Amino acid sequence: MWIQINIFIFPLHYQYSMSSTLPSQQNSDNHLATLPKTLTGITGLDEITLGGLPTGRPTLICGGTGCGKTLFSLEFLVRGAQEYGEPGVFMAFEEKPQELTMNVASLGFNLAELQKEKKIKIDYVHIDRSEIEETGEYDLEGLFIRLGYAIDSIGAKRVVLDTIENLFAGLTDLGILRAELRRLFGWLKEKGVTAIITGETGEKTLTRQGLEEYVSDCVILLDHRIINQISTRRLRIIKYRGTVHGTNEYPFLIDEEGISVLPVTSLLLDKPVSSECIPTGITALDEMFSRGGYYRGSSILASGTAGTGKTSIAASFVNQACLNGERCLFFGFEESPQQIIRNMGSIGMNLQSHVDAGLLSFYASRPTLYGLEMHLVAIHKAIKKFKPQVVVLDPITNLITIGSVSEVKAMLVRLIDFLQVEQITVMFTALTLNNIINEQTDEGVSSLVDAWLLIKDIEMNGERNKGLYVMKSRGMKHSNQVREFVIGEEGLSLLDVYLGPEGILTGSAREAHKLEEQTGQKLHTNALDRKDRELERKRKVLESKIDSLRTEFESTEEELNKIYTEEKIKNEVILQTREQMKNLRSRPSGSENENFKR
Amino acid sequence: MVIENGEDYNNWNTNEDSVYQLRLFVAGASSLSIRAINNLKSILTEHLEGRYELEVIDIHQQPLIALSEDITAVPMLVKKFPAPNRKLIGDMSDTAKVLRGLSIK
Repeated sequence: MWIQINIFIFPLHYQYSMSSTLPSQQNSDNHLATLPKTLTGITGLDEITLGGLPTGRPTLICGGTGCGKTLFSLEFLVRGAQEYGEPGVFMAFEEKPQELTMNVASLGFNLAELQKEKKIKIDYVHIDRSEIEETGEYDLEGLFIRLGYAIDSIGAKRVVLDTIENLFAGLTDLGILRAELRRLFGWLKEKGVTAIITGETGEKTLTRQGLEEYVSDCVILLDHRIINQISTRRLRIIKYRGTVHGTNEYPFLIDEEGISVLPVTSLLLDKPVSSECIPTGITALDEMFSRGGYYRGSSILASGTAGTGKTSIAASFVNQACLNGERCLFFGFEESPQQIIRNMGSIGMNLQSHVDAGLLSFYASRPTLYGLEMHLVAIHKAIKKFKPQVVVLDPITNLITIGSVSEVKAMLVRLIDFLQVEQITVMFTALTLNNIINEQTDEGVSSLVDAWLLIKDIEMNGERNKGLYVMKSRGMKHSNQVREFVIGEEGLSLLDVYLGPEGILTGSAREAHKLEEQTGQKLHTNALDRKDRELERKRKVLESKIDSLRTEFESTEEELNKIYTEEKIKNEVILQTREQMKNLRSRPSGSENENFKR
Repeated sequence: MVIENGEDYNNWNTNEDSVYQLRLFVAGASSLSIRAINNLKSILTEHLEGRYELEVIDIHQQPLIALSEDITAVPMLVKKFPAPNRKLIGDMSDTAKVLRGLSIK
């Protein structure tokens, strides 16, 4: 599983280190000459040293037993010979050439072949106190001659002395030894070879014999710690004269491909950014983000208590990305790929089809299988190999079982860093333990992630429901609403916010309230109808009243009319009568009779 | 070890004919080299007159020998014969140590 090609390249950082150091070497006429450096070829080390070890100067590598000093220095030589065309001399004071060759064969270094090609020369120096009698003053000219001969015979540019302190075990005259060592390091500088001197850590000093007194240009400390039965190797540059360097402790690994130092954080925050958005896989969730999804290359954290559907959210994200033809890598630290595929099948996601199409790959391992650093490297490796656009880590909280929170955080910082450089969108899921970890400090990862979905349990009326909200989303507006998150056979959905008089309602309470409201509506409508009818009736009553009044009015009017007409007729009659009377008076009485007759 | 040496010493003492084969490695004509050669010669003349073969080798001129003989500190005297092989380093000014190293009383 682990035997695969593992070449870590940090393109940006390399570019950075190259551009910052190499041109200044070349154009030393124009710029102030800076310290020339020699690339070690050790993954990550050239990054934190900004270009490698000081050229033409000795570097001290110290550390306890089994911390990888010999391997470190040997890789420096092998890489130099293979990749940079710089032959090297390995002066071994501890191990015989055959042993060395065998020891590093497991890392894919063919020392025998390199020796045959005159790219590497191994000289074994053996001093046994029991065989030697000191009879007076002496010097180490023999060592100088051998080393000089070895360097000249293959034109070596790199030299390793491993471990020169063994001389102190073989020879007793400390005064002579110290003077000779001082001379040796001066001589190495004169020779212009880039040298590594290894030394075992002493009790109070960096090395048992205080080699750091002589080698003062660059000192690197290797360390091998066991925490909770899981070992982690660390590297620190204690001193590097004349240059900027990373000062942290950097974890490093020794695997089939040699040493890889993983820089904790890159020195620059100059990662490319994309304003393109990719859908979340949940339509309603897309709508909660103003731009319809997560930014490409961003990191998303989905956290929640147990069983709130974190994996489902991650799976639906992956599912959607695969449907859009993107490559996805799913790191499972809890469930096996088959389990995840089966489980997601039950909620309407066919992940198997994506696996078959080669778009989706699972990588499952138990957290306790390796140390955190090993996991990080495994993740790096898998990502480099599969080249995904989307990566899911489910769940990161499981990693705490093998490291402290701060270590997990450091690891995730490095991972996020790496992923952002590669423009890979990553989703982490995290289990929040309600009592232990406050939601604001969830692994401390929150400050690293760009978007954070929080799923909360809402326990009410004897049931648990899930509420989802967007805690943060860098660079875009997002909904501030808590939405009910429902996992159904058709997949995931978010229900609209349902605000009742007592606050947000979920689950059956929500249904009950809905029902109640519907009934209310009915009653209300009913009431309205009744009122309408009442009104109608009232109208009718009024109308009939108006009618009767009108009839009354008419009869009154008629009455009035009748009186009026009578009056009129009376008047007419009176007038006529008066006329007649007048006529009668004006004539003689006979005529009056005459008139009567007519 | 000490006992072995004692036995050896006894053997050699009885074997008067054994010829010591010695090689002295020096690095150039430094004062150290010259001192070592002079000191050694006077010791040998005194204790092993006529019973030794001494070869003085300048490793500056023959660096390959320095490699094959695994020489680190110089001057170095190597006793090839009689057994056991012994290596003595230094300018041979400590006569007692030289004699002990060569298993000569």
